Formats: sequence, structure tokens, C-alpha cells
Amino acid sequence: MATPLVVSEVSKSFTMHLRDGIKLPVVSDVSFSVASGECVVLGGPSGIGKSSLLKMIYGNYAVDSGQILVKHQDRIVDLATTDPRTIIEVRRRTLGYVSQFLRTVPRVAAIDVVAEPLVARGTKADVAREKAAELLAKLNLPEALWQLPPATFSGGEQQRVNIARGFITDHTILLLDEPTASLDAKNRAVVVEMIAEKKQKGVGLLGIFHDEEVREAVADRILDVQKFSPRRPIAA
Amino acid sequence: MTDTPLLKVNDVSKFYGNRIGCKNVSFELWPGEVLAIVGESGSGKTTLLNCISTRLMPTTGSVEYHMRDGQYRDLYHMSEAERRFLMRTDWGFVHQNPADGLRMTVSAGANVGERLMAIGDRHYGNIRATAVDWLSRVEIDESRIDDQPRAFSGGMRQRLQIARNLVTGPRLVFMDEPTGGLDVSVQARLLDLVRGLVNDLGLAAIIVTHDLAVARLLSHRMMVMKDGHVIEHGLTDRVLDDPREPYTQLLVSSILQV
Repeated sequence: MATPLVVSEVSKSFTMHLRDGIKLPVVSDVSFSVASGECVVLGGPSGIGKSSLLKMIYGNYAVDSGQILVKHQDRIVDLATTDPRTIIEVRRRTLGYVSQFLRTVPRVAAIDVVAEPLVARGTKADVAREKAAELLAKLNLPEALWQLPPATFSGGEQQRVNIARGFITDHTILLLDEPTASLDAKNRAVVVEMIAEKKQKGVGLLGIFHDEEVREAVADRILDVQKFSPRRPIAA
Repeated sequence: MTDTPLLKVNDVSKFYGNRIGCKNVSFELWPGEVLAIVGESGSGKTTLLNCISTRLMPTTGSVEYHMRDGQYRDLYHMSEAERRFLMRTDWGFVHQNPADGLRMTVSAGANVGERLMAIGDRHYGNIRATAVDWLSRVEIDESRIDDQPRAFSGGMRQRLQIARNLVTGPRLVFMDEPTGGLDVSVQARLLDLVRGLVNDLGLAAIIVTHDLAVARLLSHRMMVMKDGHVIEHGLTDRVLDDPREPYTQLLVSSILQV
């Protein structure tokens, strides 16, 4: 599939009703696409709306107007307007997301957190756990931690659980929000390699990377979100 | 993904004289979907739950259920006997107070086995074996099978209530504040159990709760109610992370952080 993700004229603002209805514009008239096998990086200063864009694409944030078109199985779905069931189905099969912070169901072992997206697609639990173990080992997460719930892990450990969980399936589109922010050089290199593998498999990636080195290594194109910002950036 | 909703709620309203219990509520529920109805005290959520589970007759509107034979039946155009059969087999109802959903004076095993006998099972050996199996699934020790729920803690009673409801293999379970009144650790255990069972059995569920964390953990979709009206609804993580309505924003901002 040539272009699994197309974002068209998306705009969003937050209305803070608890603060007298102050309106915070986020992005305006965003249009771009992500092709199979390419990694598009969202650039721009902190607070400009990069993470928000990823969340809108994932369906976690609503949009005020515009379309978010995803090639899902044999049809095109507009995530901006479709129903919750479809969004869940698209997330299960097509669209993956590595969020900036890990937020998991409590009391679930790290290895099961990672295996879950495969189990949700019908893979047997033990097969899914084997694959999860492979990924966690690749990311150098100590085996002693695999049976523990990640809530008490360090930031970098949690991030690696998050990455493993996002990379375990064969979703055709992956959204990555700062996947290497808390990682050391060795693990950053592992993630760069994992991204290259996904690209080779034809996955379309859209990511946020503040780390220059990683960005250089993975980006095919950089999209400056600042040009979609209706706000003037606050002077440092 | 099947294209037929399991339950269709059409413009249901319930008035108590001039007071609004709930007004103009419409939604569909698909197999395997968990819907949370959240709201504060007096929002109308329990009234709504009772209207759609045939415990309370709506003033206007209709509720249609997709029967196992493929037909949609209007729940309020069924005979009392048909409705009761549905409640015993295809549906479950987990009450906030487990004593309301159990027979406190018969044994735990009988509480589970009764439901099987009500649908025609007669082989006592098999019934007892099924009861033992279900008790272990809800983490109640086999040795307690002949004890009465009166001798159980609140958490154990609630888990027994869940077993009693799920033994007949229902397709739709209604839950009214299933963790209300339980200690946090007990609550956690129960939520994990419910989450696991709903996943494994592919159950559809409608859960009324005032606890947004329960909604986050268990549900795919969420409806927020205030003063009898549904003021916001959608994907659970969307409603919680990007609340649009003023009241929803208030609710979300009021959650205590640990």
C-alpha cells in the first residue's frame, strides 16, 4: 500500500471550560501524508502540537475539522469521524502507537503488557509471550523484570516496555512519540535498528525525536509542525 | 467484526411524575463491547440501567435485543416469562450489594448451580463440577462450596455473584457499581477478574460507575450523564483524555491523583 496515512486539513483547539472557556488553538489546517516504508519526523519546538497530532491520529484526541484517512484492511477509514468500535479495530490491526509515557493496566507483568497486542489479534498467549521475550531481550531489559508490573520501573525501562509493545505486531502504520527520550546510547541504537527493520517491511512511521542523532538516522522527511501553528511561539 | 448490534436503545426516557429520571437516551451496543455509564449521584445512570435491563419500565422509548435465533425483540413487548428466561440465561446482572444478587441462605455451590438447574440441567454431578470450576475462576476456594454467602467477606460475595451470573454463558452483563463499597485491594482484584473474564468470554457489558478509573480500566466506550441526560459519549480514552463538555472536564479534573 503506497500511502497508508493521509492527514487532510485537520484543525484543533482546546476549550477550557473550567477557566471561563479560554480557547487554546493547537493546530490549524494540517495536511500531509506518510508513505509505506518511510519515516516522517514531526519537528518544531516544545509545545507546538507534535504529540497532540499523534494523539489525534490515534483517535485519543478529537479533531474540530478535517480528515485522518487510514488504509485499514481493504478500505479507507476516516478516524476523525468514525465510531469508537472502528477506531478500536483500526488500533488492533493497522495503527500502532508508542506513547511518550507508559500508562498500563496495573498489576500486569511487563511481558504480558508487551504480548497483549498480539493476543488481541488472536495469537496464542504462549507464542505471544515468546515474541515479547525476544523483543525485551533485544532492548536489553533484564529478564528478572519481565514478570513484574512496569509501574515501578525506571523511565528508561518503562519506555522499552512501551517500545516492545508497539513494535511486536505487524501494524502498517506506527506512531512514535519520543521513543528514545530516556534511553542510553546502546538502546537508542537498538531502536534505530528496529525502525529500519520496520521501514524495510513497508511500515509507514510518523515520529517525534528530539535527539538529533536518532533523527538523522531514521528520518526520510522532516515536517515542521510550526507552520501549522496558529499561535506565535512564546519567546524563550 | 459483526455488523449487528446486540442491543438497541431507542430514545428511552423515564419520568417520575415531573422529575426526569433519564431523558432521550439512544445508543447501540455490539457483541464484546463494554460500555461504561458514568455520572455522579442523581445523574440517572442507575435509572437508565434499570430501564434497559427490564427492571424498570421506561415512560417512552424502546429497547431491542438481538436474540440467539437472530431476531430483534422489543423487550417490553415480551411476556414476563420470556423476559425472565432472558434474565436467567442470556443476561447477567451484578448488583452493587452482592446480597441483592445472591441467595444468602443457600450454599455458594447452590447459588451457582441453581442457575444451571433453572435452564434445565439435571445431572447433579455435572452441576457440582461446573460450580467448582466457576468458583475457582473467581478465586473462591473449592472448600467453601458448601458454605453460605453469609459467611463470606464482601469481596468474596461479589465474586460469587459474578460466578452465579456468568455460569449460564450470558452474552450481555449489566453491572451496577460492581466495586462500590469494597476496599481498594479487593476492588483491584475484582476489576482484574472482571477484565479478564470479559476479555476471555467476549462478553458485552454495561457498567454503571461513578469511578472514572473503573471506566478507564474496563470499558471501550463511555457515556457521561448529568441530570438525566447523556452529555458526552465516545471512546473511553478520548472522553477521559480530551473531554469536550464542561461537566466532563469538571469530572476528569476532580479525580484524586495518588
